[in-house]
Order: sequence, then C-alpha cells, then structure tokens
Amino acid sequence: MHPMEEKKLLEESIDQIIAIAKNFNLDFYDMYFEICPAEIIYSFGAYGMPTRFSHWTFGKAYHKMKTQYDYNLSRIYEMVINSDPCYAFLLEGNSLVQNKMVIAHVLGHCDFFKNNYYFKKTSRNMVETMSTAAQRIRGYEFKYGRNKVEAFIDSVISLQENVDPQRYIAGDVTLTPGTKYGSSCGGHGCGGGNSCSGNKCCGGSCKDKDHDSHSKSQQNATPYDDLWDLDKKKDEGDKDQENSVKKFPEKPEKDLLMFMMNHARDLEEWQRDIISIIRNEMLYFWPQMQTKIMNEGWASYWHMRIIRELDLDEEEALEFAKMHAGVIQTSKYRINPYHLGLKIFEDIEKRWDNPTDEEKRKYRRVDGQGRQKIFEVRETENDISFIRNYLTEQLVEDLDLYLYKKVGYDWKVTDKDWEKVRDGLVRSLYNCGIPYIVVEDGDFGKRGELYLKHLHEGIDLDIYYLERTLPHVYKIWGRGVHLETVVDNKKVLFSFAGEKPTKKYL
Amino acid sequence: MSGKYTVSREDWSLHRKGEIDRERHREKVREAIKKNLADVVSEESIILSDGRKVVKVPIRSLEEYHFRFDTGKNKHAGQGEGGTKEGDLLGSEQKKGTGKGQGAGEEPGVDYYEAEVTIEELAQLIFEDLGLPNLQQKKKPELASEALEFKDVRKKGLSSNIDRKRTILEAIKRNALKGKKGFENISRDDLRFKTWDLTFKYESSAVVLAMMDTSGSMGPYEKYIARSFFFWMVRFLRTKYQNVKIVFLAHHVEAKETTEEEFFTKGASGGTRCSSVYKLALDIIEQRYNPQDYNIYAFHFSDGDNLSSDNDKCINYVSELLKVCNLVGYGEIEGPYYISSTLRSAFKKIIDPKFTCVGIKDKADVYPALKKFFNPNPQTGL
Repeated sequence: MHPMEEKKLLEESIDQIIAIAKNFNLDFYDMYFEICPAEIIYSFGAYGMPTRFSHWTFGKAYHKMKTQYDYNLSRIYEMVINSDPCYAFLLEGNSLVQNKMVIAHVLGHCDFFKNNYYFKKTSRNMVETMSTAAQRIRGYEFKYGRNKVEAFIDSVISLQENVDPQRYIAGDVTLTPGTKYGSSCGGHGCGGGNSCSGNKCCGGSCKDKDHDSHSKSQQNATPYDDLWDLDKKKDEGDKDQENSVKKFPEKPEKDLLMFMMNHARDLEEWQRDIISIIRNEMLYFWPQMQTKIMNEGWASYWHMRIIRELDLDEEEALEFAKMHAGVIQTSKYRINPYHLGLKIFEDIEKRWDNPTDEEKRKYRRVDGQGRQKIFEVRETENDISFIRNYLTEQLVEDLDLYLYKKVGYDWKVTDKDWEKVRDGLVRSLYNCGIPYIVVEDGDFGKRGELYLKHLHEGIDLDIYYLERTLPHVYKIWGRGVHLETVVDNKKVLFSFAGEKPTKKYL
Repeated sequence: MSGKYTVSREDWSLHRKGEIDRERHREKVREAIKKNLADVVSEESIILSDGRKVVKVPIRSLEEYHFRFDTGKNKHAGQGEGGTKEGDLLGSEQKKGTGKGQGAGEEPGVDYYEAEVTIEELAQLIFEDLGLPNLQQKKKPELASEALEFKDVRKKGLSSNIDRKRTILEAIKRNALKGKKGFENISRDDLRFKTWDLTFKYESSAVVLAMMDTSGSMGPYEKYIARSFFFWMVRFLRTKYQNVKIVFLAHHVEAKETTEEEFFTKGASGGTRCSSVYKLALDIIEQRYNPQDYNIYAFHFSDGDNLSSDNDKCINYVSELLKVCNLVGYGEIEGPYYISSTLRSAFKKIIDPKFTCVGIKDKADVYPALKKFFNPNPQTGL
C-alpha cells in the first residue's frame, strides 16, 4: 500500500478511536503520533526518552532489546511519553489493526498521565528538558573529556534510585509536620548568616523547635493535635543530651543524590549539574515506576473497550485477539502488570456495579457505580494502595497468585494464603522494590565521612552488589563512606575509603 | 482543548544515538575482556571449544551496580495457571559449569552478563601484546611456489584472455562520444586483455615442540594448564607463520612422541628425568626439522621434581636446543605439593635471551607466562 494511503487509513482510524475514547470520558492531551522504524523505537525504549543523554548503559539496554527483537523474541509495538502534547511512537510495520489497538492503549496511558495524582508534579516538558540536559552533558564531555564524564555518570547512575520522590510528589511539606526538610522553612525567620540565635540551623535548612509549634498554631485544630505534641515532648526530653551534639543531617535523609549534590565537598559545578540532571530524570520516571500495574491495567482495560466499539472484520478480530492475548500472558515467575491491573480494574467495576446487600447497607453503595469508581481509582491510587485496597481474596484465588522463594537450588511456592500474597506483593512494591537507604550522618567521626543506613525490613541486601556500589558513593562523596545494614540478623557496617571494602559486625 | 492529533513519519536514518552507545558498550566489553585476559585465557569454554566460532565470556565488570535486595533471600510474586499449592516446585536453577541453555533465564536475579565474542576477536586482544622476539633470518626463505597473479589490463594480449566487460565498456564509451546510445560493434581499439604478473610466494614454517612431564605428580589440572598454554601458543604462531606444526613429546624417565590426545590425557607414573625429553627433541630436530628452514619453538612443562643427578645433563641439552631454536621455554607448575625445585634453580645458570623460565601457580598465570615467553622486547621484560 502506498504510504500516503496508509497514513490516510490510519488517520481515519485515529479519528474514530479518539471519538470513542472521548465518549468513554477519557481525558487526554493532544496527541502526536510518530511512525518510526524498530531501531528507533527500541532506542527510545532503552533510553526512556528520545532526547536523553548518551551513556553506554543505554547502549547495553538497547543492544539487549534490539537483539531480542532481531531474534523475534519480543516486540515493542509502541512507546508513549508523559508529556503535553503526548508523544506516542508507533512501530513501522505494525498492521492497521495493531495500530488501532496501540492507539487505543496509548490513549489510556495518556489519560492516566494526565489525571493520576502521582503524576501531578511531573514536568510535561521533559522531552525538551532532557534534550537540553543532554546538550550540557555533551558540552562537559568536550570540556573535561569523555572518559572522565562517563566515569562520573557511572557513579551517579548507580545511585539514581536513591532519591526521595515522596517529598517531591507530596510537594507541600507543611502538610506533614512530622517530616522536616530543608525546603520546608521558606519564609520562616531564619535567614542565613548570624541571625540564627538558636543552635539548630545548618546548611540553609532550618529545624528549630519553634518552627514546629509555630506552624502548628496556624493549623486548624483537629482531634489529633496531641500527636504532634508526642513528637515534641520526645524532642524536649532529648534536648539536654542532644543540645551539644549537632546532628547532620538532623533527620535521616533519604535523598542521597540531593544530599551529596549539596554537601559533598570536592565536587565541581559540572558534577553537581550531572547529579541534578540524573536525579531530576529519576523523579520524572518514578511515578511511572510506582503505577506500572495500574497504568498498564488501565490502558489494557481501555484498548479492549475501545476496540470492541470498532467494526473489525473476522481477520482483524483474530489478529487483535492474538495480540491482546500476548500482552496479558502470565508468567509463573513474575506478575504481568497488564494482566493483574486489567483484572483488578474489571473486578472493581463489577463490584461497584453490583454491590452486595451488605455493602449497600454498610457503605450505602448503589448499583451501577462501576465506571465512576474506576475513574476515581485511576485518579487517587498508586500500585501499593491499588493492591492493598482492591486485590481481593477471590481475585488471588481466580488469578492463582502466589509467593515463591529460592530453597536450595529450587524455586518453590511458599505462600498461597491471600492476605500473605497481597502483603508480599505490596512489600515488593514498596519504594518501587528498591532498598530504603538514608544518610544518617554526613560528618561521621568528625571526619566528614558519610554514614548511610539501610532501614532493614526483613530482606537483606545483595552483598556482592553492595561492596561494588560503595566505591561509587565514595567517588561522589570524596571521603570515606559507610553503610550500616543487617545480614542474617546481625548488624554489619560496610566501609570503603578508596582501597578495599571492609566489613565489621556492630 | 484536547483531541487534536498529528501523525507524522520523519526520516530517522540519521538518528544514531542507540547505535553509538551500543558501540561504546561493545568497546567497554572489549576493554573488560582485555582487563580480564588472565582469566579469559584459561577459560575452559574456550580451550575446549572444539572449533566453535563464538564463545561466551563471563564479564563481571560491565554490570551496573546499585543497592539492591538479595534475590535469593527474597520472596517474589508469581502467577500460576490455577490450582497452585504451597510447596509446588516452579523450577530449579541450573548449576554452573553445565552448558547453559539458550535464552536468559526467567528466574529473578539471573542477570550476570555474558559477552559473546568470536575466538578471532579474542585472539586479537590476547595477541596484541605478544611478539616474536629474537627472529633470525633463516638462510633461505622457503620458496614455496611461483604464482601467477592477474592484476593488470592491457590493450594487447592473448585472445583467450580478453576482458569482456572492459572491452564492452570501451565500446559503449566510444559510441557515446559520438553521440550514439548503447552498445554496437566492437572495434580493435576497444579490446582489452587481462595480463598476469609472476609473483613468488614465500612460505614460512614453524614447529612447536610441546614437551610435558607426565610423571605421577602431573595431574589433570597441571595438564590443563599446559593445554591452555599450548592452545594459545599454536594459535599465536599461526598468525605469524603459514605453517605451524606441533610435536608432542611426553616423558617421565624416558621420553616418547605421542598424539595430542595421549599427551593431554594419558597419565603415567614414575620418576622424572627431564634430560630424556630434551634429547628426544634434539633428535627430532636433527632428523626432521632443519633449523635452516624451520622456526623452532620448544616449551617444556614440568613440576620441577627432577632427579638431581640429571640436572647438569638438562642444562647441556637446553644449551644445545638454544642453538637451533628461536625460543626455548620452561614452565614450572607450582602445584600444592610444590617444593622449591631443583631444575628451575639449575636453569638459573643459563643466561640467554632466547631462554625463558616461568612459574605457574594457577590458571590466571597462563597469560603472564604467554606474555613473558612472547615478549617483543626481551630486554625490558624482566
């Protein structure tokens, strides 16, 4: 078929699909569809963004994906970017019906990007932002040498997941007085220099106790106000002992990248810029990581509903069914987010459409609220709350979900109880499956060393990886670094100061 | 105001970022292999690859390290096809060492990186730092054959050697100059003939005398080390000479010539008299490999546990060998029962740039031994 004719057909379908989607009340940005060859779509897939900076790790990912494509093992049909207008890349050579499904799917994603709470703070201009960042990095390569810049990026990338998206996504931190961050004291009477009469002022962040009571007095009285006081009393109790010891950072800091960017002593400006770029990009990607199940489930839910409205001939219907089956195929070793998300959304819709008598009595649910409910869920939840709130006993049973573990050389099913499965799943999603590590002390031993602490929650760290990641921390921090964690129920401190990682039981 | 859309199809042929970073990654793989050559050289999968072209080299340094959970201790979620019960077996991890199946494992945590390289590529990396020291001009460069090489085109020649394509091209050109299209008749001027030049092909030959102690103290491990050494040695010489022959000489108290298989697998026992093999080597050289025509490389592996009374004889024979060989090497494998040997200290008396003595403790020492033996600048190598 002639390309122009093909394009015309595609445009007709898009018109149709967009009309149907709007009829379903999907709410998305203007769309920009681009048809591109496999190499391009796979490179976008590897980089996460067409305009991202250049690094060998992306080359490695690209090589892997491209090889799988070349051997016909996997295929990406599309790639969609959270931006306004929304960019969607379609694989050249998709058949028309494949493109129809992809376009319907993409509209689901775009609706999700636009409306889900966790995406509220993401930049919608990231395509341009990343492009200028990439240009800056290219400039650094010219100026300081490619190897030097690359080696530094290696180090920063190894810590890219150690950021604190919660703070960034929650935005206004005064809502949660329990968490105190440097950025929360804007406007409060604590300028730089000598105006700090108390001793609790460090590095631009302002943490004096007055601040808490001050902000509290401005808040509306609630029945839970005494909770704030608990914190305060404890602080006062500690005051005598702590008065002389200034802690830095005052509260454990989860955002390792930001902490190091601000406080590592020997970094040059370009290095801080690179940390800032990579951190920023991670914060942009984080909401996609924490809503993977919902997002894919939502898009799959809608591509089914939209395709059903189209007039497909027999052959097309069969092709669609094949493709859809491929997308929601399950695996005994992992959860398929497309499948699980889709099933949960469908289940919610069903339950809210036909509430039980008990639900009607207790929660005053009325019939036929399913659609409305799933739109609400797509707006307010993330994967963790989605699973915790809506993965029911029946679903765990129907989908045959389980937990498994390595026993000797074997992978064995360990849990089938629905609550254990649900909680295990939630636990694996916690912090996007990344260990929770905080800066405990930025001036350890008064030598300016960095003391990190892994908040151990039952799962040990990969020691082999840990010992090879610490040197990267050291490279950025410039002085000795330590990480406290728990290995086989024993507290261990790993340290690295340039030579060889050492290990000490505490 | 949403619902607007555009469809476009740009020309992406200049978008090379993925390819560029992919190439950079490949470069890093090569660097990593180069850094780990000591391990790679004695990698079993390569030495025993039996002519397979592509080998897999485990590369550790290209992993992207970060803080992560121990997947082995972690619980994961999965989905069955109905009726899964607690205690059901999902799968087993393959033990290392057995040939890995195709496709990356689906199990969590299996993501160590295996680079695929061809043996040629690998050999190139390994041989980069090797050279042939002490090359001597052989009296007559072995004149293998006269060869004809067609590499010229002329206007006159034998009619059986007409170059049809060029002739027709000439005809078309001539017609075109006259403003006529296409190919018509051929004039005498259009004719083109292929002609040849006489060239001489020199053939160079090398012979490797692989000698090994097969006394009781040389176990399979020691033999494996010798095997990896000879594997690369022969491969390396093949890049330099058209013709490389290997002669396998095994010895305990007496020496004899063996086949390759026997050489590496057959065990023997008894005492050790190294002079026997040197004597045999000298005999073979005298009978078959005239040093005038052959570049001779002799290498001997032993654990050094030689009869003390034999040492002086060894030194004499090695000095003889040095006169006819390009290089003579002695590798002493320092196994678990190694006591500082008599033979190696005896060899200290030999001072000749063509003689190399190396100690090998484990697999990783094979590469340094190769480097020492084929050191392009022997003066700086010590």
